[in-house]
Amino acid sequence: MDIRLDGISHSYGETEVLRDISLDVKSGQMVCLVGPSGCGKSTLLRFLGGLERPTAGRVLQLGAPPEGCLNPLTYVFQDFALLPWRSVRGNISLVLEDHGIRGARAEAIIADVLARTKLTDFAQALPKQLSGGMKQRVAIARALAVKPAVMLMDEPLSALDSQTRELLMDDLVALWDRQPFTAVYVTHNLAEAVRLGHRIVVLSRRPGQVCEVVEIAKPLAERGYADPELEKVQKHLWTLMRDEARAADEELLNV
Amino acid sequence: MSDTSLSRQPIEVRFRGGGFAPRAHRWVGLAVFVVLIGFVEWATRSGFITSLTLPKPSDVLATLVELWQSGLFLKHMVPSLSRLAVGAVCGASVGICVGVLIGLFSYVRAGLVPLTAALFPIPKIALLPLFVIWFGIDEGSKYALIAFGTFTPTVVATYGAVDNVDRSLIRMGQSFGLSWFSIVRKIVLPGAMPGILSGLRISLAIAIILLVAAEMLGAQYGIGAYILEAGSLYDLERLFAGVVILSLLGVLTSGAIGIIERRVLDWRS
Repeated sequence: MDIRLDGISHSYGETEVLRDISLDVKSGQMVCLVGPSGCGKSTLLRFLGGLERPTAGRVLQLGAPPEGCLNPLTYVFQDFALLPWRSVRGNISLVLEDHGIRGARAEAIIADVLARTKLTDFAQALPKQLSGGMKQRVAIARALAVKPAVMLMDEPLSALDSQTRELLMDDLVALWDRQPFTAVYVTHNLAEAVRLGHRIVVLSRRPGQVCEVVEIAKPLAERGYADPELEKVQKHLWTLMRDEARAADEELLNV
Repeated sequence: MSDTSLSRQPIEVRFRGGGFAPRAHRWVGLAVFVVLIGFVEWATRSGFITSLTLPKPSDVLATLVELWQSGLFLKHMVPSLSRLAVGAVCGASVGICVGVLIGLFSYVRAGLVPLTAALFPIPKIALLPLFVIWFGIDEGSKYALIAFGTFTPTVVATYGAVDNVDRSLIRMGQSFGLSWFSIVRKIVLPGAMPGILSGLRISLAIAIILLVAAEMLGAQYGIGAYILEAGSLYDLERLFAGVVILSLLGVLTSGAIGIIERRVLDWRS
């Protein structure tokens, strides 16, 4: 299933946040959205998953979601959004219960996603016992459990320290390599973008517009830490963004 | 920096952190009780405090023992506890329901929050005669008074607790396609539980206060009736015996809620 953004514009009252954004997300691709803070990239992600409505434009699903898909558009949040009163297993079973999946079928799915995210030994743990990286792994496992057609990842690694971030990036690459998934990945971290993105969409500052789309042909698995080829792309992205980021930083907030 | 400042004796950095972190010291609370009661015992025996002002703690204890031995203790406790239980359960459960509805629906909130604010400060004791007319002089008016008294604080605590449920968890539920009912049952209610339980602590203390008020009219037996009768006869030993029973009742309910909290809310860090 592909997903298409068709002329999305949005304003909060007087403030124009996004202007005429059109974008195709192809199946099996990771698309990274980068841009200066306040450019509306997270808002765009909320439109993609139907958590908010744009002022103008449409979000379209092209083609049917794959077989067995319970929740085609599934988020991974920056703050993990785990229920603190449920164990790791309980947090995953939460999203299955409403689809009538219980008992042995649920157990099979939970065991599978926990194994894929290396969490098998932590099934009974409560979120308060887990580190930030582990919590985000649980959130990713929960997202995988509903077999999404598109994963909508809203700065999933931004709340983590840089070492954990590296580890989780490797995990995401390994996960994608074993079973390619489609994802829209919002981040302000260019290193994450060049590491995980097949396509990187650079947004301008408010009102956000697509200012360039960069494609990286190198397969995800071959990209490593401090890869010179990726550093070049990252530098290019930064030259695109630097002035925008500075201007965005110096802008007065209209609240 | 000159050489003289370097050659001076090093000074250890003064510690200025710490404090502002309550720790559990169980025995201190008990010690305060023992010291206080011991002082009163000594003072009443030595005549420092006259027996008209305060009864001797040992006499109060003797009264309690006598109350127990005569079988009157149970005769007073059973009706009191059943009034407390029926009234508090009715008031708290209706209060939780209304509080959740206020938390979930804007129209209910707009309609009922001002009404709750208007009912909250009414001294419920003042309404006892009215309740007697409405619900009869028997148990009905007593249940109603206690229920009404626990209702308002429970409502306020509950809708506050529902408001404080992390919205990002609710968005998460929606993003996974959970039904409205599932979100309420699996996310909103457990998330509001800590606030509801701490509200219940206050509501139950109010219920005990109102128990005495409820037994002012038309009650032959009951701890409240016992205290009021002793009070009108200036029988200080019996008055204090009754007060001790009410205090213990308060400590017990608060302890019970503490146990529930530890069981239900062990997920809190």
